[in-house]
Amino acid sequence: MSDAVIAQRRVRAAPASQATEAGAPIRYLVGAVAVFIAALMLAPIVLSFFASIKTTADASASPPTYLPRALSLENYVKIFNYQAGLWSYVSNSLMVAIYAILIVVVIAVPAGYGLARFRFRGKEVLFLLLLLPLMIPYQALLTPLYLDFAKVGLANSQFGLAIIHAMLQVPFSVYLMRNNFEGVPRELEEAAVIDGAGSFQCFSRVALPLVLPGVVTIALFAFITSWNELLAALILMNKETEFTVPIMLVSVRTGHFGAVDWGALQAGIIISIIPCVAIYVFLQKYYVSGLLSGAVK
Amino acid sequence: MRMRNKELAGLLYMAPALLFVLAFVLIPFGQLIYTSFTSASLLGGGSWVGWANYERIWHDSNFWKALGFTVKYTVYITPILMIGGYLLALLTATNRPILQFARGVIFLPVVIGLGTSSLLWFWLFDQQVGLFDKALVDLHIAQDMIVWFSSADWALWAVIISVVWKVIGFGMILFVASIQGVSRDVTEASLIDGATYWQRVTHIYLPLTSRTILLVTLISAIGSMLAFEQLYIMTGGGPRGLTFTSVYWIYQSSFIKFQLGYGSALSVILTAIIMVGAAIQITLTARRSPA
Repeated sequence: MSDAVIAQRRVRAAPASQATEAGAPIRYLVGAVAVFIAALMLAPIVLSFFASIKTTADASASPPTYLPRALSLENYVKIFNYQAGLWSYVSNSLMVAIYAILIVVVIAVPAGYGLARFRFRGKEVLFLLLLLPLMIPYQALLTPLYLDFAKVGLANSQFGLAIIHAMLQVPFSVYLMRNNFEGVPRELEEAAVIDGAGSFQCFSRVALPLVLPGVVTIALFAFITSWNELLAALILMNKETEFTVPIMLVSVRTGHFGAVDWGALQAGIIISIIPCVAIYVFLQKYYVSGLLSGAVK
Repeated sequence: MRMRNKELAGLLYMAPALLFVLAFVLIPFGQLIYTSFTSASLLGGGSWVGWANYERIWHDSNFWKALGFTVKYTVYITPILMIGGYLLALLTATNRPILQFARGVIFLPVVIGLGTSSLLWFWLFDQQVGLFDKALVDLHIAQDMIVWFSSADWALWAVIISVVWKVIGFGMILFVASIQGVSRDVTEASLIDGATYWQRVTHIYLPLTSRTILLVTLISAIGSMLAFEQLYIMTGGGPRGLTFTSVYWIYQSSFIKFQLGYGSALSVILTAIIMVGAAIQITLTARRSPA
């Protein structure tokens, strides 16, 4: 790929118009197929929502129905009162996510700046080091981390779990922040230096405000990863009161005496989906742009 | 002297991240390797046993079964995700409102947790209450409700369907961006030359987006080699232990059977496999597109 092409790719945000020459019938067909596929993709969530507002008996009926016969909040009431109460699991999950966001932002933002703005020997090696969590899967590290955390009181601890969730986000976040800082024109900081700003002021006063959308993005991703993560939570949080939402869902599924409460499970699924979908729908700009600038260079 | 300060400043900015990776990735990795040479148990104790754990792995048919299943899962799902994702990207790459909307919806499951989506599909696949089964029957695709999780092959496909639903939008959105990133000059030149749509796809889009294709392949394949949640929730490793994945087997050995030493040796092997895979793919990516 030539430099010119790359330059154009960088400059041009608006896409090529590959359908400009396509006739109207093809345009309609493409639209119809796309909407059909979108409807198929949405169906599982919609069906789950319908099942969640069925009565408990109706939700476990066999053969099942697509639509509820009668509306009921029975399943949601059950989930709200599930064992320690839904709120305790939600607040556990939220606290873990908030800690994870803080850790990620505090370490990834300056690291991205250091990588984008400074030239020094061994920088590439250090960058690779920060990408290490991609190469050493966290699934393999859970055993030593569990033992270490147990020694220092971080087992069954929200902060301990947050550390692991933050680790998952480090490579992506550092990479994204580096790209973001590289996009800030050097001239701005050079001008600030002439005005007497120090290195840290260049970072905090000039560059940082310009990459705030990137910071929002890495925070969103950290939230979603943390809110959804199951395996580390399963291993680290073995006290019922410390369960996060995904573990709560698994334990709802396991049920009592082998009988699954399908209605309550669907209510739980819908509740666990809501924050992610809300973030995605309302902050889509940050989410998708982050995904793209992080992965497609 | 100036250069020296700049070097220090750069290092200083990177220090928190480097210390974090050192403390929570590198040092634990060292501990993992050490533990893999011991008979440590989750209940404590353990002594140096040399290569015994690795020799045990060599003879552990359960591990090879789990690794074989993981590879099979990866080999099946990766092409589906790549080809499916790319076709969806070609379909929706134009920025018309209706296509942007479709893209948004197709991407939606990506933000849902894998645990949650697995529970959702576990319900959809249930032979008693599952609406996916019912839909197949109602559409005359299947005769009766399918019992997905009593055969390893059906269970594999159930898991693949659920994961494809969950992650296909990820590849699609990256492919859309990289297709849209292809310079308009190039596409216009091809139009003037009278290229058909498929010629443009094979001669322009595919080569110019190869970097992204390889990147997404890498992410998907590594993610699949590390599969856990979907199997833990949907099959529980069954039937007859045929659907354990590598990570699931490590979890089982370390935290259910308490054999930390053995689990650590398994983890070291898994890490080695992932690293080799990542290295091959990264090298490939670098070679195919020198820019």
